[in-house]
Amino acid sequence: MSRAAFSRFETRGYWLLVLVGGAVALAGFLAAHAMETEGHVITGMDNQVVWGMPHVFAIFMIVAASGVLNVASVGSVFGHAVYKARAPLSGLLCIALLAGGLFVLMLDLGRPERVVVAATHYNFRSVFAWNVFLYSGMFAIVAVYLWTLMERRLAPWSKPVGIAAFVWRIVLTSGTGSIFAFLVARQAYGTALLIPLFLAMSFAWGLAVFLVVQATMYAWNGLSLPAEAARRMRHLLALFVVTVGFLVAACHLVNGYFAKNLAFERFILVDGGVYPALFWAVYVVAGSVVPLALLWRSGATTRDTVAAALLVIAGAFALLYVFIVGGQAWPLEIFPGYRTSSTFGDGAIAHYAPRGPEILLGFGGLAVAFLVTVVGVRVLRFLPQDDFPVAPSTAPAGR
Amino acid sequence: MAGVTLAPGVTLFDLAHGRAPDEPASSKVRWGMLVDLNRCASDCDACVTACDRENGLPSEKTATSAQWIRKVELKDLRGATRSVPVMCQHCADPPCVDVCPTGASFKRADGIVLVDRHTCIGCRYCMMACPYKARSFVHEPVTGQRPEVPRGKGCVESCTLCVHRIDRGGIPACVEACEATGHEAILFGDLNDPHSEIAKRVATYPTTALRADLKLDPGVRYQGL
Repeated sequence: MSRAAFSRFETRGYWLLVLVGGAVALAGFLAAHAMETEGHVITGMDNQVVWGMPHVFAIFMIVAASGVLNVASVGSVFGHAVYKARAPLSGLLCIALLAGGLFVLMLDLGRPERVVVAATHYNFRSVFAWNVFLYSGMFAIVAVYLWTLMERRLAPWSKPVGIAAFVWRIVLTSGTGSIFAFLVARQAYGTALLIPLFLAMSFAWGLAVFLVVQATMYAWNGLSLPAEAARRMRHLLALFVVTVGFLVAACHLVNGYFAKNLAFERFILVDGGVYPALFWAVYVVAGSVVPLALLWRSGATTRDTVAAALLVIAGAFALLYVFIVGGQAWPLEIFPGYRTSSTFGDGAIAHYAPRGPEILLGFGGLAVAFLVTVVGVRVLRFLPQDDFPVAPSTAPAGR
Repeated sequence: MAGVTLAPGVTLFDLAHGRAPDEPASSKVRWGMLVDLNRCASDCDACVTACDRENGLPSEKTATSAQWIRKVELKDLRGATRSVPVMCQHCADPPCVDVCPTGASFKRADGIVLVDRHTCIGCRYCMMACPYKARSFVHEPVTGQRPEVPRGKGCVESCTLCVHRIDRGGIPACVEACEATGHEAILFGDLNDPHSEIAKRVATYPTTALRADLKLDPGVRYQGL
């Protein structure tokens, strides 16, 4: 393909991606508008399951946003050159995912037009209020960090700003985990273990997203990742997947040991229908065991790594669905020792079936993250720079 | 309004509980309720219908409709049944107030836990935090509102203890309706006033706080549970 032909192909491809991303983001926005005008009654959420599919999408993106910056941290804070070259892309993906997550979270509010109230009225006892600062601060710190990475004169500042971003994102993910860790009411939550679990999840999910985007960018530009960089990142993802698995197992084993929580654990892990199915089949087998087998396979290829990363992301959605929706589906135990019933779902397992508007809103958030990434990558130089001399022969002919 | 009969035909009315509109609520008072389950009839839902009527809530009970008070049927291991009215427990340390990002959920000086409809953004974090499932999210446009009880789609709401009545010196609609049936299962009053009927009953008889393990010090207590 000639240079001109490739350029035409690339430009058309870029606009096609922008068009698709824009259309999905618009559909998500329109879905949120319908929820605002007609009320949440058009969603599957109710007074039993108050947080549903939008929260699964939003929390995935916010947790992954923090974790994707890990690549930059390993480079800037711990000085690994392979990762340092990937810091700008890591920062861009962090901003993109955070924007996508907040798009969903804000538009799912019962009164989204009052988002300014959330920015002007603070209850500092609320983890949610802390998170308003943590999320907005994250945007600012990562923007400055990207600036120090891309402007040569500011290069000396990249390490201290990188350290600040590293600390900030650890606090941010701890804050996201604390949203659930501080809930005393429900058996699924209310444990400090959720904070390290969320940190581990952010590392795994963020790196998985990074690997998929990186592989796509390399393929788009006809390049191949250096073997050493690929090996390191593959093994790092495997380590994070194992860490998440360990902490998930610890949470369930500890919770299951307490007799008062045994019935809940049985529900989530054994006889709760969709929840155990998602947990074991999608999170454990497809989202953890299979990716580990792919990542640890001798002679693993880029295709194996991308497949593993995509499976880790699918497992993440399943795990969050079980955690967030399953945790609410189990009834509150207000009267221990009694069987209860009422018109308000007391004693009954709640049924939640996500409907079109909330699913569209979730995908709209993903589309926002996608759009920010595609436009960012096109407008600025985010392709890792250290690799061009390594595999120039694989570049498209005529380049 | 509390009344004391001094002699036949001579009644002294206690108007002390009513407040002037510009007078703030006082922390000297802690409003609460005592529910005597021995007097609460399983087949009676007068408190629920009175609450719905007073506050303009929908009478149809679905998973998305607001329910500020509900009757929970209990069955123990022997098969014995109980019927328990459950509403916002007006905790002294309410988790809903702690978690609310904007401060829309708040506790008045006199212990009543409320939602400021102007600053509630509809995040539902308070519903995740409430151990009593006492809060409802308004899922649909609201019709038939009562002027004294503003409601709105997209906000969270719960029992206000009929604060609009209390501020005029009245009692909650559920208490009034229960009295009207003759059951008199719900007693309302000032828990801080040692001379009030509710304080005396709480001091004399064993009462139960729901989810006492959480030590939230609810203002609603149950007798006979």
